[in-house]
Amino acid sequence: MANIDTTKEAILEVGHDHGHDDHHDDHHGDKYQSSFVTRYFFSLDHKMIAKQFLFTGMFWAVIGAAMSLVFRYQLGFPEADMEWLQPLLGRWIIVQDGMGSLDPEFYYALVTMHGTILVFFVLTAGLSGTFSNLLIPLQLGARDMASPLLNMLSYWFFFLAGAIMFSSLFVSTGPFSGGWVAYPPLSALPQAASGSGVGMTLWTLSLVFFVVSVLLGGVNYITTVLNMRTKGMSMWRMPLTIWAFFVTAIIGLLSFPVLVSAMLLLMFDRGLGTSFYLSEIFIGGQALDYVGGSPILYQHLFWFLGHPEVYIIILPAMGIVSEVLSVHARKPIFGYKAMVFSILAIAVLSFIVWAHHMFMSGINPFIANIFVIFTLIIAVPSAVKVFNWIATLFGGNIRFTSAMLFAIGFVSMFISGGLTGIFLGNSAIDIQLHDTYFVVAHFHIVMGVAAFFGMFAGIYHWFPKMFGRFMNETLGKIHFWGTLVGAYAVFWPMHYLGMAGVPRRYYRFDTFDFSSSPGFDTMNQFITIAAVIVFALQILFIINFIISALKGKIVKDLNPWNATTLEWTTPTMVPGHGNWPGAIPAVERWAYDYGKDSDDGKDFISQVTPLKEGEHDGGGH
Amino acid sequence: MQLVGQVPLKKKRNKIHPYKFALWVACAAIVMMFAALTSAYMVRKSGGNWLEFTLPNVFYINTLVILLSSISIHGAYLAFKKNNHKLYKILLSGGAILGLTFVTLQYQGWQELIAQGIELKTNPSSSFLYVISGLHLAHIIPGIVAIVLAFIFAFIRKQEVTPLSKLRLELVVHYWHFVDFLWVYLFVFLLLQ
Repeated sequence: MANIDTTKEAILEVGHDHGHDDHHDDHHGDKYQSSFVTRYFFSLDHKMIAKQFLFTGMFWAVIGAAMSLVFRYQLGFPEADMEWLQPLLGRWIIVQDGMGSLDPEFYYALVTMHGTILVFFVLTAGLSGTFSNLLIPLQLGARDMASPLLNMLSYWFFFLAGAIMFSSLFVSTGPFSGGWVAYPPLSALPQAASGSGVGMTLWTLSLVFFVVSVLLGGVNYITTVLNMRTKGMSMWRMPLTIWAFFVTAIIGLLSFPVLVSAMLLLMFDRGLGTSFYLSEIFIGGQALDYVGGSPILYQHLFWFLGHPEVYIIILPAMGIVSEVLSVHARKPIFGYKAMVFSILAIAVLSFIVWAHHMFMSGINPFIANIFVIFTLIIAVPSAVKVFNWIATLFGGNIRFTSAMLFAIGFVSMFISGGLTGIFLGNSAIDIQLHDTYFVVAHFHIVMGVAAFFGMFAGIYHWFPKMFGRFMNETLGKIHFWGTLVGAYAVFWPMHYLGMAGVPRRYYRFDTFDFSSSPGFDTMNQFITIAAVIVFALQILFIINFIISALKGKIVKDLNPWNATTLEWTTPTMVPGHGNWPGAIPAVERWAYDYGKDSDDGKDFISQVTPLKEGEHDGGGH
Repeated sequence: MQLVGQVPLKKKRNKIHPYKFALWVACAAIVMMFAALTSAYMVRKSGGNWLEFTLPNVFYINTLVILLSSISIHGAYLAFKKNNHKLYKILLSGGAILGLTFVTLQYQGWQELIAQGIELKTNPSSSFLYVISGLHLAHIIPGIVAIVLAFIFAFIRKQEVTPLSKLRLELVVHYWHFVDFLWVYLFVFLLLQ
């Protein structure tokens, strides 16, 4: 026991945990936040860092989505005059005979940047970074992360990665254009395309800093979850959000270093003339002196990260959705333990399915079979989760708030997108479907739109905790219904394009016979128009976000959603650094006692309420 | 069924300091990086066009050097805990010198290879050797910086044995042991391949 005290003292001395006593006077400011700069920029407070991640993520989401509108415009209306975009895109719009058209090279750059930005900056950093930071200490009953300093560095490395990527948009040869997966030789030979020069160098640099950010964050999240839980908060009493963030951090920690290795070898190939990924190649009739490299090796290394990455994106959304569904259905989450075990099962399986991205890369069909089997097995824990979400809703006293609508929308998207995953997971069907719009439709629905829905559910739900105000519900509902219908309108038709064999990543279809499959050109126009409408709705969301943060309805009730979890037990709506000015509350029960009559006439029992005589704790059954 | 939440948790937790735990988690990430490289090595090797060569002799000596430095640093830690400041300084200096020797000898090893005509670009097998040993060296250097800092502090004034100073030293020792065993793994891997 003496050991515990001394270690606590040690933390205090290095100034990282805020001890129980240093918050009596004024818990709104602490010694680290004395100036404007340390409060809003180099803040050590996990809640401020969460907001930094959120704002940066939103900035990148707008940029990434706007890029998709430009290439959707090209796909839907290839004959249209794009000269009016010239003030924005400059010489990437080629004007000939009074007709402006998009530079094909820049089209590829846009597709590449859209993928990179959305996958890494928005749905990894923006989603996991925001909510892991906000919720892990608050829901576990900790003053802050294990190391607030590393946490701050995690954000600033992300910022640096973003700044470098942003600058690559403005170099004269353009940003990298070889696809977000950056396969060699396109990525390894600077002379392969105009974006493969400086653009690719900046891309690589940016990603390495991004990985540093993810690892610093991940080390912190894991350590905090395992070491900083308040008294009584056993692992089996943690809300599913925390389970999801925790497992996400583990996956990230084990998979992102592999990407660094892949990038390291790529840099050697690019700069120092080694032949890890480059085999005998002729460019312009001239033989390069690379011998014996294997581009497939890169694909293996990349997808060893790349596949877990999609779970890094979707698991936090799943955690948020589980929590929001339970709170707003006023029911305990159905099958809490099954939920946890399916998160763990998904995490394990995510590491042994990477080659399903490479069925058409020339891997041995017998090896492909193994990956098919593991891929299909992932459907099992996924289906368990879907079943539990629906069972949680069943018979619930549902409050259709914006947060709840987005959580339900998530379940819908996850089912729709998940089912097409079963098609794509078959190496035989993949012969027809690979590299078509079917793939685009699949991953956009299952990890793009679904993850965004999880993020929106989280933002609407925890907005009061972040800003002390509610978001406008009417605008929220318009946002939800518009986005739900719009997102299906964008991605559903793509399945038909894909089944007919329309390839992805093509600039235009001059020789592709659309007349044999009538309506595909108008289908592309329809998708583009729907995408513009969905984009406009997200702008509406951002307007709602900003206005609500400044002028929204002030939250009077400290626990506006009647939730059981610890973040709603702080004595002020937006707590200062240290979260609880007095002692940290101890936890007495699991996180999902909804629909149970409490002593004060409410329909939920907070986690801090002691168990009654003879009462069984939930979850453990 | 026994309720999970009723298990007395207080006893189990806080045994390991969060910083130390965080260090181990970070080490797991580093392990994954090298696991990726060594598996890439095996995959690439099975692809043919693979130049076989023997590891430089210096690498054998160097493995011994880094093992000795680990022992020395660990001895320094034990001496520190017993408040034997003189022994602590001696063993810490020994560890630092051996660590720096490792870096120099590693460079010597590369020179030895280059003298045989095995350069970075010669063949994927040599490229891998340079990348793996180079990346390991990149992880040795922060360890040496930490040891040298501890060394400087030790000579400026006598270090009191407080939980904080003990923790600091433990972090250094753990990391140093980690990069030591990492090298042993890499060396054995390269030897057997």
